[in-house]
Amino acid sequence: MAGIAAGGGRRSRLAPWLLVAPGILWLLAFYFIPTLPWYDGYARTFTDYHEHLARSFGYALTATIAAIVLGYPLAYVMAFRAGKLKNLLLGLVILPFFTTFLVRTFAWKTILNDGGPVVHLLGWLHLLPPAGRILNTVVAVIGGITYNFLPFMILPIYVSLEKIDRRLTEAAQDLYCNPRQAFLKVVLPLSLPGVLAGSLLTFIPASGDFLNAELLGSPNQKMLGSVIQGQFLTVRDYPLAAALSFVLMTIIMILVISYTRVLGTEDLA
Amino acid sequence: MDSVITLDHVSKRFGAYVAVHEAHFDIQRGEFFSMLGPSGCGKTTTLRMIAGFEQPSGGRILLEGQDVSRVPPYQRNVNTVFQHYALFPHMSVRDNVAFGPRSKKAPEAEVAKRVDELLSVTRLTQFAARKPAQLSGGQQQRVALARALVNYPSALLLDEPLGALDLKLRQAMQIELKRIQREVGITFIYVTHDQEEALTMSDRIAVMNEGLVEQIGSPEDIYHSPARVFVANFIGVANLLPATVVGEMENRLVVSLEGDVRMETANPAWGAKPGSKGTMMIRPESLYFRESGKGLPVRLTAAAFSGPAIRLVLTTGSGIEMIAHVPSDGPRPVLEPGRSYVVSWDPEGARLLPPKSARSPLDMNLRPTLELAQQFYPNSVV
Repeated sequence: MAGIAAGGGRRSRLAPWLLVAPGILWLLAFYFIPTLPWYDGYARTFTDYHEHLARSFGYALTATIAAIVLGYPLAYVMAFRAGKLKNLLLGLVILPFFTTFLVRTFAWKTILNDGGPVVHLLGWLHLLPPAGRILNTVVAVIGGITYNFLPFMILPIYVSLEKIDRRLTEAAQDLYCNPRQAFLKVVLPLSLPGVLAGSLLTFIPASGDFLNAELLGSPNQKMLGSVIQGQFLTVRDYPLAAALSFVLMTIIMILVISYTRVLGTEDLA
Repeated sequence: MDSVITLDHVSKRFGAYVAVHEAHFDIQRGEFFSMLGPSGCGKTTTLRMIAGFEQPSGGRILLEGQDVSRVPPYQRNVNTVFQHYALFPHMSVRDNVAFGPRSKKAPEAEVAKRVDELLSVTRLTQFAARKPAQLSGGQQQRVALARALVNYPSALLLDEPLGALDLKLRQAMQIELKRIQREVGITFIYVTHDQEEALTMSDRIAVMNEGLVEQIGSPEDIYHSPARVFVANFIGVANLLPATVVGEMENRLVVSLEGDVRMETANPAWGAKPGSKGTMMIRPESLYFRESGKGLPVRLTAAAFSGPAIRLVLTTGSGIEMIAHVPSDGPRPVLEPGRSYVVSWDPEGARLLPPKSARSPLDMNLRPTLELAQQFYPNSVV
């Protein structure tokens, strides 16, 4: 019995590889080999541009954490407490998508402007020193990234919370958990796949983002994305821009794979 | 008697809707108590109030003599087996079962001992490491049972626990549940809409309808001495004929049925007097079926052989359909559909049930059913 099953297994394990072999060869020849580090652009990423690289991941990580902190409670309220307001809230989360990313970020530029309402209000509350500013600071850039990717955090968390059977909370309470313990032992672990998906959907594009840094930041907040964009469109040093992109992509992949391994949800990786 | 749970005039209203009206009964230690009724009758709401998921709008619930009406579920020593089990999908069978004792911060060595014991009682030891999704419906059912029983609750609450299983498995689980209940000696409160399930397993049954407890009694009481037309109809097959009391002699009544056919019956407990209207209830197996003689004339509509009995469908002169069971191997008249026959019954084989308007649910709930049964069956051992 076992022998037959194993034999069949070996055959079927080999077959898919043979079937995808032509495609893999194509990718190796025309995609992978040209990207190999023949060229010093890769080294320059870590010498000339290491600050931008660090900023990219630092800002993306901070924005992802901020999005979890802001998004999880909202998703929780939508899934468990909103009742009839659920669809309205869901609509409000999706509403920003009706305007383009670029226009919304420009709008923030106006809102956070030196003479703008936010600066006035914070100055009046003495939360901001005189002549203090928000635009062209780290706060504005990370705030912008968080704002732009927040729906991508809320929606997956909402979906995973929504899927949780309400009776599981009742079962936990029936088994001597108070509501807080029931949340920590049952709801939170079951919603982790949503947090994981949301983090990936936020972190990956945020690390490659350049628009928020361009519009809301100063040159001191430039991220690697801005450098790549500049190299491609202004300097036209395509090899360097490609090398930077490739390094960014590789690091993102390594981070994502280790993150999903740690959280143990491999069906997303 | 030692009661674990007492419902003291418990009501539950959702807005204007009355889900449970003045439920008032005791549940004894170690008994298998069922709440039976159609969907929407209030049985699940009653169970959820005992568990603590709903709070009564009126009345009190006592658990081991303590008023727990306002106590949250996590501070009550009762555990629930949910309709679709509600197992924690991210935990192994062992962790599911250990969940309750761990929440109570029991020492890990004791948790392990109790979990092992319950896994063995429910025959799950070999599945301890699996996740719920890797188990069959029957196995998941047993995990739910172990997870609740491991806490040694004062009472185990079961909300239609077999509803999701197919017929064969359901019958096997009925026997299994009864075995486990005997083994652990814990009070089971079982909610079901399946009358056969309730009759098979219960020590006592509360039949509920539209928020009211219609009758509480042993399965035999409920079947043979239903107190209401609803109970008679809901449990088994009942032949129901409109009747008027025309005479009274000793503890018997003479009633007039359609076409002024006169039959005798035991005097019921609800105070029927000459002139009262009611409903005669006769079980199909209590009917005598003859070609002629004294009794109610009927026409044979259909006959179906079902092994030990032949099931006859009969129609009275006024068009009421009746069902009679006659033994398939005994002497009986030749069966010719369309022909006229006569049915009769012993006075003890029939019940005169009160008309709907005579219903006084408070009275009914409070009166011990045993008394009722003894009035129906003065000479029988109940």
